[in-house]
Amino acid sequence: MLSILESIWIVFIRLFSKKITVEYPDEQFRLPPRYRGRIVLTRDPDGGERCVGCYLCAVACPVDCIALQATEDENGRRYPEFFRINFSRCIYCGFCEEACPTYAIQLIPDFEMSEYLRSNMVYEKEDLLIDGEGKYHGYNYWRVSGMAIGGKDKGESEREDPPIDIKSLLP
Amino acid sequence: MSETLRLWLIVVGVIALLLTIAPGLIWLERRLLGWWQDRKGPNRVGPFGIFQPLADAIKLIFKEDWIPPFADKPVFILAPAVVVFTAFMSYAIIPLAPGIVVADLNIGVLFFLAMSSLGVYAIVLGGWSSNNKYSLLGAMRGAAQMITYEVFMGISLLGVVMMAGSFNLSEIVLAQQGMWNVVPQFVGFVVFFIAGVAELHRLPFDIPEAESELIAGYHSEYSGMKFGMFFVGEYIGVTMLAGFTTTMFFGGWLGPSFLPGIAWFLLKTFAIIVFIILLRGSLPRPRYDQLMGYGWKILLPLSLINLMVTGYFLLR
Amino acid sequence: MEVAFYLSALIAVAATVLAITRYHAVHALLFLIVSLLALAVVFFIMGAHFAAALEVIIYAGAIMVLFIFAIMMLNLGKATIEWERQLLRPRVWVLPALLTLVLAAELIYLLAIRGGPESSGIELVRPARVGAELFGFYILGVEMAAFLLMAGLVGAYHIGRREKKVIHRYLKKEEV
Repeated sequence: MLSILESIWIVFIRLFSKKITVEYPDEQFRLPPRYRGRIVLTRDPDGGERCVGCYLCAVACPVDCIALQATEDENGRRYPEFFRINFSRCIYCGFCEEACPTYAIQLIPDFEMSEYLRSNMVYEKEDLLIDGEGKYHGYNYWRVSGMAIGGKDKGESEREDPPIDIKSLLP
Repeated sequence: MSETLRLWLIVVGVIALLLTIAPGLIWLERRLLGWWQDRKGPNRVGPFGIFQPLADAIKLIFKEDWIPPFADKPVFILAPAVVVFTAFMSYAIIPLAPGIVVADLNIGVLFFLAMSSLGVYAIVLGGWSSNNKYSLLGAMRGAAQMITYEVFMGISLLGVVMMAGSFNLSEIVLAQQGMWNVVPQFVGFVVFFIAGVAELHRLPFDIPEAESELIAGYHSEYSGMKFGMFFVGEYIGVTMLAGFTTTMFFGGWLGPSFLPGIAWFLLKTFAIIVFIILLRGSLPRPRYDQLMGYGWKILLPLSLINLMVTGYFLLR
Repeated sequence: MEVAFYLSALIAVAATVLAITRYHAVHALLFLIVSLLALAVVFFIMGAHFAAALEVIIYAGAIMVLFIFAIMMLNLGKATIEWERQLLRPRVWVLPALLTLVLAAELIYLLAIRGGPESSGIELVRPARVGAELFGFYILGVEMAAFLLMAGLVGAYHIGRREKKVIHRYLKKEEV
């Protein structure tokens, strides 16, 4: 009996406590920088696409919302011919970001993606691609990888020795 | 002013008052529950969200008024009317101020009990005619609960009736000029209030509805304005219970003379309404058998003992 | 007042007839409730406010709810309605109806001779007077009813008592 009165009283004094409601459209949420929201494709510091079309994100995706087709440009650089994410399927798990070897695909703290048409939830590459580096600055896959592309031969990458001529006897 | 005109004015006034209070109460309840749960409650429509019930009403009116093909149609339509009818009728006997009462019956208390016992039909018929097993379960629970709590709701009021020597509510109010009935009849008040909340099947005694168990119980199948009738009937019932408690236990319109009698009545009623809402916000729903056991094993003996002690002190 | 009386009396009679002739049990009960309510209005008009209130509280409000409750639990289907229809053939109801009509005619005749109750001077029966009569002149009846109720209460307690369940034979306790 007393405990009932006590709980009534405890609830009553909540009348004067601070309200925790955030009136969202008027008042914006402050989301942490690692919040997993909308997916973007980033560019490297030189402005090229980071994505190399390895399909790892599409494989990792548990709901199969990522579709892409890799192709090569005249320099031998791989890039996606198309890159499509169906956000009406996406569960924002972040597995694609973890799977990505080149920091290309990233989740950013933005969740305001409501649409009236479901087909508008399918984002193409031009919708996904942003003009920045996202969360990881200064990384350029083509500059650190040992792969030869147009304008950069083997051994010309950063922190890479020139290839050893195995047919030579010189040290 | 002729007597008939005066009566008509009172009738229209009481109905208008109730019809404004019921939506106001919906807003107030949601707002207060919000505050008690550290939220803000509806505050978008109009200043402080005060037009929220208006928006709700518009929505309910324009919603499709669907009657399930498996329902018993005439009974299905009748049930929501019974709720509102009984809730409105009970208010006829409550004196808002000296002379301002629709029907100053000399069996006022019994009339209130009669109307609240007719209110059971709304639940029973609504639940049965829906032809839905959850609704039927809700109806059965509701019938059992309301018949049980009616018994000692009546008995707990008898102490007050004995002290005033009348069933007439105006005379009961006038008999409280020395002291409000809540002091000498505290046990009766507690029993009556619990029974009243159970009779209204408001939370925490909302066992016939029990969203989490019976998906709204007896009114699962109702939509549109028929559901709205149940909704409005519940809030008019809350007002009615508060007004009746004020009259029986808190001295009705009596109070210091710097405010008119009707203001005192409304003020006390409002406080009790807020308390009923607070009960909803703070207490968990008891289990069905706990509710029945609590009623028959504790409240009934308590009210009988209260009756006996009151009789002893009156006849001493 | 006269008009209201005849109106409610008419409603009571019509609702009772409808209650008898309905095939659906719940609908029949609803008409019975309407009939009881109309009867309560008649009581009210005749000045017996207390009896009217009790009629609504006890008959319409409690007993009929229990009836409906029981019928709801039985969940009577189409077969029962068909059976009811079979029962209500003219062969079955004509004779009792005729006998009842004879009774009604006798009643009307007797009322016509005696001039009926003194309907002109309606006297208000206050609850206090009802109580005084009950505990004065009718005290024997009240006491007998009390005995009956007491016996019913004891019987209900006896039927409703539950034997304690044995959870395990090693945990068996004395029968309560």
